[in-house]
Amino acid sequence: MPRYRKNPPGVDPKLLIKDAAKLLPAPSRRLFLRGALSLGALSMLTGCDIVDGQTSENALRVISRFNDRVQALLFSETTLAPEYPESAITRPFPFNAYYNEDEAPDIDGDTWQLEIGGLVDNKKPWTLPELNALPEVSQITRHVCVEGWSAIGSWQGVKLSDFLKMIGADTRAKYVWFQCAEGYSNTIDMPTALHPQTQLTLKFDHKTLPTAYGFPVKIRIPTKLGFKNPKYVTAMWVQNNDAGGYWEDRGYNWFSGQ
Amino acid sequence: MTIEAASHSPIARETASEPLIHPLWVRVTHWINALAMFMMIGSGWQIYDASPLFRFLHFPKQIALGDWLAGALLWHFAAMWLLVINGIIYVALGILTGRFRRKLLPIRLRDVASDFVAALRGRLAHDDLAVYNAVQKLLYLGVLLAGVLIVFSGVSIWKPVQFKWLTAVFGGYDRARYVHFFAMASIVAFLTIHVTLALIVPKSLRAMIFGRADGER
Repeated sequence: MPRYRKNPPGVDPKLLIKDAAKLLPAPSRRLFLRGALSLGALSMLTGCDIVDGQTSENALRVISRFNDRVQALLFSETTLAPEYPESAITRPFPFNAYYNEDEAPDIDGDTWQLEIGGLVDNKKPWTLPELNALPEVSQITRHVCVEGWSAIGSWQGVKLSDFLKMIGADTRAKYVWFQCAEGYSNTIDMPTALHPQTQLTLKFDHKTLPTAYGFPVKIRIPTKLGFKNPKYVTAMWVQNNDAGGYWEDRGYNWFSGQ
Repeated sequence: MTIEAASHSPIARETASEPLIHPLWVRVTHWINALAMFMMIGSGWQIYDASPLFRFLHFPKQIALGDWLAGALLWHFAAMWLLVINGIIYVALGILTGRFRRKLLPIRLRDVASDFVAALRGRLAHDDLAVYNAVQKLLYLGVLLAGVLIVFSGVSIWKPVQFKWLTAVFGGYDRARYVHFFAMASIVAFLTIHVTLALIVPKSLRAMIFGRADGER
């Protein structure tokens, strides 16, 4: 039998529709079907019970993992994201997170350190002045949100592939995992980490990264959707196990490449 | 003559032995496509709601698929395989068997106009379901093109870096979203007419299930 789930208490379904990605669904919530019309129509079409909870959710997740592999195959280390002129920059560039802008972590740049771990030769943590002293690269690229909207921004920082080599990271490892100050996290695949446009970002539009955009460090990955671009980064680990991520664990496709 | 007698008349028997209106491959791909379209459109509406293109348009949750954005995306990127693989088989067979050429071409503008007027007056003949009138031809060809457009614009939104040349064809990422939306809107408009007419002329529905208008296998 199709199961009907009530909204979690305190969640206004209208709000959910308005801003699906910003609201936190309880982990137990089903990802797929809701609504009598869809349920009825699909049951009629298929004549079987594919709308029943766990079975179809598992099937969808299996296909999503298959799509991860397809996207990894489509990904090319030499295909660059289009770059734009300064005039194309979206102003103001939108703040976006699962919390309000005034709740964004306010980090003290003097005491902050980037912790390095995993399959890396030199695990010495990095201070902000040390990172700022490294050679700078710049890009004006399009940030595409999983919700569909997009915005063009200007980012400066250190080429992540150079940084990984500098610290003696084992680039044969499968993943790079990022931990963020507010509890957010992302795991990305090594080919993406080594992509020429993947950047350890310290500036937005040639000015120190503002709090809204991830001070002190954001990882800018123009070949991935926005939520795979962590902000307020506090730690980076090179590893062979997939540590998942904040939204990935909540149902968004893991690879989420562009 | 009673109705029963009529159904056993030589004319009725001749109808029963007429060749298939829709061969098996057409019927199978048609219904797989119907299921794939249902899933793609339902989940697409939910995805649209996460970042609407038009202030005035929002799809109620009751008619959308996927519960929230992540679920809708999982449905969308699962059903796309069904839609595309089935679509490729359908189009390939449509071209190779000559069915598209036979059924859909030629389309003459004058025929479209006269058949359209006849349809509005309710005087369009449905005697032979195997022959499409000019309005039907135009609509079927149109929805085929919308189907191609929706797949390519969809790929260009999904992979605007790896397939940036394709995204550029649509005028960039943001414009490609509008193309994808209007391709969906055209298909939904087509479906509204298509399903309504199939219900008004039920033998056409029987033909798409059993292959023949009289419902015999």
